Amino acid sequence: MRVPRSRWLALSAAGSLLAAACAGGSATPVPPAGSAPVDGSPGASGPTASGPAATGAIGGSVSVIGTWGGDEEEAFRAMIAPFEAETGITVEYTGTRDLNAVLTTGVASGILPDLAGLPGPGQMAEFADRGALVDLGTVLDVDEYTEQTAPAFVELGTVEGQLSGVFIKSAVKGFIWYDVEQFTGEAPATWEDLQALPNDPADSKWCVAVESEAASGWPGTDWIEDFVLRQSGPEVYDAWVAGEQAWTSPEIRGAFEAFGEVVANSFGGPDYILNTPFGEGGNPLFEEPPGCLFHHQASFITSFFQEQGGAAPEDYDFFPFPDINPEFAGSLTGAGDLFGMFNDTPQSRALMNYLVTPEAQQIWVDIGGALSGNREVTEYPDEISQRSAEALVNAEIFRFDASDLMPEAMNNAFWSAILQYVQTPGDLDRILTELDATQESAYAE
Amino acid sequence: MSDLVMAAVVVVGIPAALVGYILGVEFVLRIFPQQRRSKVRPWLWILPAGLFVFVFLIYPAIGTLIDSFKDRRSEDFVGLANYEYVFTNRDVIGAIGNNVLWLILFTALTVGFGLAIAILLDRVRYESAAKSVVFLPMAISFVAAGVIWSVVYAYDPPGSSQTGPLNAIVTGLGGNPVSWLRNGSTGTYALIVIGVWMWTGFCMVILSAGLKGISVELLEAARVDGANEWHVFRHIILPLLMPTIAVVSTTMIIIALKAFDIVYVTTNGNFGTDVLANRMYNELFNFSQFGRAAAIAIVLMLAITPILVANVRRFREQEAIR
Repeated sequence: MRVPRSRWLALSAAGSLLAAACAGGSATPVPPAGSAPVDGSPGASGPTASGPAATGAIGGSVSVIGTWGGDEEEAFRAMIAPFEAETGITVEYTGTRDLNAVLTTGVASGILPDLAGLPGPGQMAEFADRGALVDLGTVLDVDEYTEQTAPAFVELGTVEGQLSGVFIKSAVKGFIWYDVEQFTGEAPATWEDLQALPNDPADSKWCVAVESEAASGWPGTDWIEDFVLRQSGPEVYDAWVAGEQAWTSPEIRGAFEAFGEVVANSFGGPDYILNTPFGEGGNPLFEEPPGCLFHHQASFITSFFQEQGGAAPEDYDFFPFPDINPEFAGSLTGAGDLFGMFNDTPQSRALMNYLVTPEAQQIWVDIGGALSGNREVTEYPDEISQRSAEALVNAEIFRFDASDLMPEAMNNAFWSAILQYVQTPGDLDRILTELDATQESAYAE
Repeated sequence: MSDLVMAAVVVVGIPAALVGYILGVEFVLRIFPQQRRSKVRPWLWILPAGLFVFVFLIYPAIGTLIDSFKDRRSEDFVGLANYEYVFTNRDVIGAIGNNVLWLILFTALTVGFGLAIAILLDRVRYESAAKSVVFLPMAISFVAAGVIWSVVYAYDPPGSSQTGPLNAIVTGLGGNPVSWLRNGSTGTYALIVIGVWMWTGFCMVILSAGLKGISVELLEAARVDGANEWHVFRHIILPLLMPTIAVVSTTMIIIALKAFDIVYVTTNGNFGTDVLANRMYNELFNFSQFGRAAAIAIVLMLAITPILVANVRRFREQEAIR
């Protein structure tokens, strides 16, 4: 059913392109539409659209699947609205919580959306290995993309020399958030200074919340990642991501133990941590009296502060995760939403070219809760997101979220390990030994 | 518009195809001698159904069996490695243990409650209204039930107001709130309660129908002969209801072994609540371990088979008596 339909669309699109060209339209930067789905050779791709205005009318539709729902879905729809108006292409977006299942079955059966959010770099590599992802080198102007994007992001989207995924938004992980009325001191320079601060007037120093439905545990993995990077440095971090650093090694164990200290001085105790959705995790910051002094979370938490915690933008502020080992000062972890292309059609090409533009990404940035993946986006709606974006650009040592980079089985086991560790810290030996066992099978081909 | 065309094709086309097939069969039968035709006809009639069963059931089952001996991408044979994993991995063994818990508790409670409610409600005037209420959860999807019960089990720290009704009762009685789903010990029981809440109504309806089939004269005769209500239940109702109870129990056992949705929606198998079906889902879709997922599927299938065989055998015996 699918192939004839997209062929037909391609033909009709070619027709409408022709019509546009005859009508004396401007140079159309989209590659010759009819040829794209048939051969998809690199030669077929022309120069890249530099902005939404240049795409011209194409018509037809493009199917997109992602994990965004609610506010994020609205932001994405706002982002693609100008594209739809400009090109006449209808974007059929479906948000699902089961992205992994949809894409894994899709890769096996060949029934896939044209474009899709990808669960993470690990899973992306899996799909690319199976030849399911379109080489974006034939779709985008790679030089321009490379120039506009942080090198770490370009590298993460590349599998064996083939650009397979692009980042259309990003977030800085591991900021320390606080209520400006409760904490008025200077940002601590080191982790020791931070731990030495008194809790007063809050009940506990930290607020931690790790519930996130099927992905419960991930906020804890962010903690561990921040500790590994700052305690033991990028080399250990990279080896750990690659499955070459044992979980039972002193470096990783040290990170778990440091997280254990945080949990021990945390609001509500283990039951609260395990049962509280991560988005509500910062709420006790703003309660009267405050439940905790600090909350550790990525830059996107601000929208939750406002919607779940009832805080106004001037009520909270952040400082970056302080340094631990001076050798690795200025370390930062971050993450982003990858986007890949499964079906090569003129419509999907046009949308892909549009999504990587600074103009498109600016729309989501303006709505809030996201940083751009594009370095040309420098206008941020408020001071906090402006500073987040600067932190991303200025980081001396930047590393992508480790758990997202690990094979999915390892990632899941990591999440689960966080839950077990919060519940029974005394079981650390067993938990780490089991992670080692998972590591052995998850990285095996 | 195309949906309407499709609907029309289905409504008109499928009966036409069926009639066409039967006529076609008669046409084909003409090549057989007269006396052989009645022997061949049933085989030809069953052929389409047989094809469907083969394509959608037998063929995939064989494929799964073969995959269970292959590696994570179903490429090379790895012998029994996947089965070794299933029976040695701590998480999978935990899931098997939970399935056993489901099997025993879920089946016993749904059938037990269903039977008790059916018999008790048989004696009251507002029977159908009460039965409707008990049956109501059946109309709710597993996922929605999972969400509803997540709220029932919700936990807030001691001292704050409790969102979850269950913890509101516990704290109202002076206790401390309990993290029902996420504490490593009560999770599976809490999930089984959700399942029982959903399926008791189904058991009740079937058992109640069986109960109505027992002749009132028989019960009256027993009472006239001096049997008390317990004797009537134990020696008349229960034996006569046994075939129905067996069918309902089989259905519940299969549902217990297939338990997935509730676990997936509420805990995703964390906190010691994993079951085999959820594990299979994770191995397949999240870990890309096709071989291991297939091995779990085969284990589940083998676990269900004896129950099905017993059921079919018993069904045959009943037919023979009739």
